[in-house]
Amino acid sequence: MSTSVEPRGWAKAALHVNGWFVYMFFYAPIVLLVIYSFSNSRNVGTWGGFTLDWYRDFFDSSNARGALSNSVKIAIFSTIISVALGTMAALSLERFTFRGKKVFDALLYLPIIIPDVTMAVMMLLFFGEFFDVLDALFGLGLRKGFWSISISHIAFNISFVSVVVRARLAGMDTDLEEAAIDLYASRWKAFRYVTFPQIVPGIAGGALLAMTLSLDDVVITQFVAGPGWTTLPVYVFGLIRKGVTPLINAVSVTMLVVSMLLVVLSIVAQRVRRSG
Amino acid sequence: MTSAVELSGITKRFGDVVAVDNVDLSIADGEFFAMLGPSGCGKTTTLRLIAGLEFPTEGSLSIFGQEVGTLTPDKRPVNTVFQNYALFPHLTVLENVGFGLKMQGVDKETTRSRSMEMIELVQLDGLAKRKPSQMSGGQQQRVALARALVNQPKVLLLDEPLGALDLKLRQEMQLELKKLQRDVGISFVFVTHDQEEALTMADRIAVMDDGKLLQVATPEEIYERPANRFVADFIGQTNLLEGTVSDAETVILENGISVRAKNGFTAGTHVAVSLRPERAHIQSQGEFEEGWSHVNGSVETVTYLGNALIYGIKLDWMDLEVREENHPGVELHRPGAEITVSWDPEAISVVSD
Repeated sequence: MSTSVEPRGWAKAALHVNGWFVYMFFYAPIVLLVIYSFSNSRNVGTWGGFTLDWYRDFFDSSNARGALSNSVKIAIFSTIISVALGTMAALSLERFTFRGKKVFDALLYLPIIIPDVTMAVMMLLFFGEFFDVLDALFGLGLRKGFWSISISHIAFNISFVSVVVRARLAGMDTDLEEAAIDLYASRWKAFRYVTFPQIVPGIAGGALLAMTLSLDDVVITQFVAGPGWTTLPVYVFGLIRKGVTPLINAVSVTMLVVSMLLVVLSIVAQRVRRSG
Repeated sequence: MTSAVELSGITKRFGDVVAVDNVDLSIADGEFFAMLGPSGCGKTTTLRLIAGLEFPTEGSLSIFGQEVGTLTPDKRPVNTVFQNYALFPHLTVLENVGFGLKMQGVDKETTRSRSMEMIELVQLDGLAKRKPSQMSGGQQQRVALARALVNQPKVLLLDEPLGALDLKLRQEMQLELKKLQRDVGISFVFVTHDQEEALTMADRIAVMDDGKLLQVATPEEIYERPANRFVADFIGQTNLLEGTVSDAETVILENGISVRAKNGFTAGTHVAVSLRPERAHIQSQGEFEEGWSHVNGSVETVTYLGNALIYGIKLDWMDLEVREENHPGVELHRPGAEITVSWDPEAISVVSD
């Protein structure tokens, strides 16, 4: 149905052009990246015929493969922990009142607001002292690398997860939980059978966000990584310093494919849930 | 006989706010009981106390003789139909209805058959596989009823059960709820702010205001013999004529005339005579029924309702509202007409604060 507020004539045409510009702005670099990752030329900007050499180089390089597997391990581990903690934080803030709630609420948002570099320096200092203390006290011998990176990622991801889950919880009536309890559910069962199914989309969204942020992080990871440990984005960043080659394109495309797969998986998962 | 629900000296405070103030109340088995009052009067809190969703600050609460004051909802033989129903949106009708049985560990087959029976009882056959979002408000209401009743509670609690429905559906559901209550034979305790709904459905009504219980009585008693000024004013329409008690038979109105009004107050008490609009009668000035109380005034406004006429009457010292049924041949009074308002002294009540 057409209404008088719908644009007509030149305005409509201009809006169409604008739309196409936006798409071009978003996707042209991605398309170029994908094309040039198959280019058989050492120069990033020139086409030298089709090749898969750069992908082969990437998968042959033990450094690159190591970085990729580090990235994936850290992403999975830090996502699981931060989703659990972030969801609990969200539940406590949305469903309970306790002393110091407002302070806790404000502090929880801090990692979102603090600049990455500041956070990175703080983390670096923290791990310098903290791991030494743990070592002295318990002889744990923790070293920078997997643990320091994971803990840093968990630290900022808790905030993002809790924000996403809270949004979902806020839209859910507390009546539902009371109804469950009135119908003989224990607190745990009320969460298991009523609250949790309601907030699953929020938790899934939070997990996806956490995983993306973890796979993506350069600044903080670089500060806390320690010797001999690197993740894929940090590795790419290192490559640029040695000179840009299409290898970077291949690595980037691989990351792109992995993140797209994650998004598609989460959409499919939600579809299945809805129809099932 | 033990009563279904017994509250004695129940007080509930939220911080400094007293939501329910020293309430004594006894609800009989099989009774359709309404709790009526303006919003914030404590009626919903009282219901939640019975349900176990809140615990009393003071007093004792028992259900069929068993003290339940601080028992959680799962340990009480009551179930609740929530305002806006609180149906689980991710579950089907069948799963919603079976939820309570599942939580109690009833086996799957029994849960299913009892849920299906209950779905039939509330006339939702064929809709068992639907999700709540695919149903109308009236159907959701039935699911909420079935979900509570399938657990065979001894008392069913309903929080504004018809508040979310439109007028026509509400009137249908009023009758249906009454029928359902007679069929299952347990007490229904329902909260409403709609006095008409309470009068229509309830066997007895408790009127609350500001956390206090003002009167508990049958609809007739509440309407004919309100306990105080608030009840008279809240239930139905009324005119409150201020005055002072002269003796057990007489009240002197503000303008100095005395009218016959049986009352139980001591002489000198400040009271109001509650005169319902439909109990007063208008005639040309000077005319009134033999033995009726009467005052003179003039017609200010006339509102035509079809089946009745509402007159706004101006007296020397106050305004009155009078309702005349629109019979054929009824005498019409125009605005400005000088008239006499009269009433049967038996048709009024005397209330104080």
